[in-house]
Amino acid sequence: MGVTKYNLHCQSRYIRRDRDWHPPPLAPRYLSTTYRSPRHRPVTLDSTVADITGPVFGHDKIGPNDHDLLINYAKPGKSAVGERIMVHGRLRDENGRAISGVLIEFWQANAGGRYRHIADTYKAPLDENFGGCGRTITDEDGAYMLRTVKPGPYPWPNGGNDWRPSHIHFSLFGEGFAQRLITQMYFEGDPLIELCPIVATIRDKKAIDQLISRYDPQSTVPMDIRAYRFDITLRGRCSTPFENRLEGN
Amino acid sequence: MLDTVRKSIGRQLTLTALKSKESPSQTAGPYVHIGCVPTFAGLEGMFGGVDLGSRMINKNTRGERITITGQVVDGIGVPLKDGIVEIWQADHAGLFNCSRESRGRADPYFMGWGRQPTDRNNGSFTFETIRPGQVPYSDGRLQAPHIQFWIAARGINLGLHTRMYFGDEERANQDDPVLSLIGDEHRIQTLIAAKTPRGFQFKIHLQGDQETVFFDI
Ligand SMILES: [Fe+3]
Repeated sequence: MGVTKYNLHCQSRYIRRDRDWHPPPLAPRYLSTTYRSPRHRPVTLDSTVADITGPVFGHDKIGPNDHDLLINYAKPGKSAVGERIMVHGRLRDENGRAISGVLIEFWQANAGGRYRHIADTYKAPLDENFGGCGRTITDEDGAYMLRTVKPGPYPWPNGGNDWRPSHIHFSLFGEGFAQRLITQMYFEGDPLIELCPIVATIRDKKAIDQLISRYDPQSTVPMDIRAYRFDITLRGRCSTPFENRLEGN
Repeated sequence: MLDTVRKSIGRQLTLTALKSKESPSQTAGPYVHIGCVPTFAGLEGMFGGVDLGSRMINKNTRGERITITGQVVDGIGVPLKDGIVEIWQADHAGLFNCSRESRGRADPYFMGWGRQPTDRNNGSFTFETIRPGQVPYSDGRLQAPHIQFWIAARGINLGLHTRMYFGDEERANQDDPVLSLIGDEHRIQTLIAAKTPRGFQFKIHLQGDQETVFFDI
């Protein structure tokens, strides 16, 4: 059978994760990592077919308003309370190649900084027209867009007077399971970014900068909604210089 | 000739301009359920009221039905009550349901991906799935049947990849290239789910004496 002869070519493998760019498992200022951080280094493996393949979510699974948090939980004719914003950008891999047709999920607190979740007991009120989750599938250029209200900052128990900067959580699938990533998007100019122990789990300033969306006046719709731009990069596949192809590969 | 060189250089410059580091990870936080399992989070009716990945098999799916139950615990034995666990696996014949699977066409009635929240009282999870077939390692050697796991939660800064092997596949486990790579028998055992009358039991330790082996893939 051909199966046993199967070999993965270098071009199919993912570039190894830079674990100095990502936050380390244990980050003392973020107390929740204390007992949830593995102490052994992860065991390095070659990519297998399980890592370069991944679940495929068709457009049939996604409703027309799933990406629109302004209305996807609201009563008919109603809309969530808060600053109306859209967030858009491109999903690419480390080689600059667009990642199309993949699922992005996002979730966030409401404009007052309160999550619709049984464990969130913050004083700020819930908004009956805001659920706080959405999802979309990237188009052929890797582009995505969501509409929402700007999430409020919120306090969290971490031993001190810690407030999360306004943020949206992103869950990304990519094409291979090895690309699986959950991260957060912040907003340009927020003074809480610099003070946040979760942001500070990332050691390199340039890496933090990758998670900060920029105000985008060009895409802002007059008298309607402000736009923020947020591009996301997932792992790219290995290839040797000069033989790289921008398409396909 | 000069033209080729110019083209190559041009292409290199374009590539350099487009190259970017992977976006850094951030914790999924305690409210990951809102985004990943909204029905579980209490958002009734959201997205049709069915969480993605909550059901893996139907009556047409081929292969031996199995139940995997498990639990995630932290370094002092406290259950992880606010996380999510995802699995990704081959079908009964060892094929993945993905266009990048080049060895053949997988069972169309088996997506191969599942996602469950950990129980908010005891950190447990359950997957109803099928036993996967064997899949080759990068060098072509066959691996023992196994399932890829991925764990995200508050306090986990970068999602954790691991694998579950089957306790009743002793022979295949012995020959498995990845388990052999780990070497240490005590650590190997952290990846092997015990066979029970109900199916398979897989306990994941994030830290401590029995810390599960996690992978950099
Ligand atoms: Fe949050």
